[in-house]
Amino acid sequence: MTAIASLHRIERSFSNGVKALGPLDLNVEDGEFLSLLGPSGCGKSTALRVIAGLLAPTAGTLVWPHGRPRIGFVFQDATLMPWAIVRDNVRLPLDLEHVPRAEANSRAEAALARVGLAGFSSAYPRALSGGMRMRVSIARALVARPKLLLMDEPFAAVDEISRDALNEQLLKLWREDGLTIVFVTHSVHESTFLSTRIVALSPRPGRIASEFRFTAPAERTSDWRMTPDFAAAARQVSIALRSAIANAA
Amino acid sequence: MTAASRTLRALIPLALGIAVLLAWEAMVAAYRIPRFVLPAPSAIWQALLADFPSLMGSLWTTLRVTLFAFGLALVSGVALAVVFSQSRIIEMALYPYAVILQVTPVVAIAPLIIIWVGFERINLALLILAWIVAFFPILSSTTLGLRSADHNLIDLFRLHGASTWQILWRLRLPSALPYLLNGMKTSGGLALIGTVVAEYGAGSGTATGLAWRIIEAGNRLQIARMFAALFLLALLGVTIFFALALLEYWALRKWHESAVTKDI
Repeated sequence: MTAIASLHRIERSFSNGVKALGPLDLNVEDGEFLSLLGPSGCGKSTALRVIAGLLAPTAGTLVWPHGRPRIGFVFQDATLMPWAIVRDNVRLPLDLEHVPRAEANSRAEAALARVGLAGFSSAYPRALSGGMRMRVSIARALVARPKLLLMDEPFAAVDEISRDALNEQLLKLWREDGLTIVFVTHSVHESTFLSTRIVALSPRPGRIASEFRFTAPAERTSDWRMTPDFAAAARQVSIALRSAIANAA
Repeated sequence: MTAASRTLRALIPLALGIAVLLAWEAMVAAYRIPRFVLPAPSAIWQALLADFPSLMGSLWTTLRVTLFAFGLALVSGVALAVVFSQSRIIEMALYPYAVILQVTPVVAIAPLIIIWVGFERINLALLILAWIVAFFPILSSTTLGLRSADHNLIDLFRLHGASTWQILWRLRLPSALPYLLNGMKTSGGLALIGTVVAEYGAGSGTATGLAWRIIEAGNRLQIARMFAALFLLALLGVTIFFALALLEYWALRKWHESAVTKDI
């Protein structure tokens, strides 16, 4: 596996000097679905923002061995512009890059169709449910055809039924587009279901506590969620996370 | 709100108003209250009709200054708020003076401004005074609004390489719109108050607005005429407020929480 991003001894401290993250050594490998798993306040969101370039690390270096790819970012909240209709929200990254309006509109419509919201392009965000808003947010992240998709607990505020459906949709998009995804979550089940690799972080300051690689079936569906294999994998992750927290305490 | 309750909402205050006017008319007749103390509503109405052309002329004078001052406050307030949002240093330097201008009573500044500008350009002096009063709500509400843009959205704009101009135009200004529209409702009323106070400050003969009609009628003990001018002034204030409230509703009705009507 080739790394597309390398974090070397990355640290990030608050302005009062308290260390929130690191030192963290992590390679993001091409095409993987990597979950950063950890309790609240372990710095996993901070790590994601450092990768996105939204936060500068206070120490360490971030290297892009093959150049910085196009990056899409999905926040915990849908983070839509309430004054703009769904299509205009999805079109935003293209507008900022001055893509011609007609092309941008058709790409936005196509991205909406991919997340199953073809009929909602002229609705305002407030008319949509939480799960639908999150799908708009994902369509917006995909419309600029990113290579790397960074997701910060995107489904934390969505109900469990919608969350399971969204998880399967996300896996489909990941496979179809050959995306690399870094997914921040505090859910053991979600990360077990989605990931090809899980990195469990210890509580503040966040450091790598343990790491899992999965050889999960290529077609992970809701049926797989019911199998003993899945339960065993989730259990293994759960135990590792618990010991990570206990060791830090 | 259902149609019936909306009708009630309009009818109840209207019924109260009519009842008060009728009681007022009856009391004035029953106790033979002199016209120069309290004229009956019918007498006020007659004064309004008799002086209609000159009162309308005064109304127009006051309205013109008010609207100019409001427009000036709107443009300058938004412009300065945008400058503040781009530069903390300019904001730190200028904001205290904007506050000083706001908290100093306009009646106290009026004589100075009028002397400086000169009685021969009295409308310009009135404009400046009304602008001083109307300016601050626009500035402070827009400044707050520009700063209230969603931080995650700002991050998203930056991630996609947005320029400062794009962030301002596509994100900060739309985020500030509900704040600005609310500030405009305050500012519109204040522009009228500022104009009237400035007219009082300008005093005898030079200003020809509604405030001057009130002073003139008061000096001559024409209380009915005074009430008529006062009535027009109140009507003007209410009209300005409702026009701006309508603008606010129209601009926000599709997306802002404040304009949402929940059916369930």
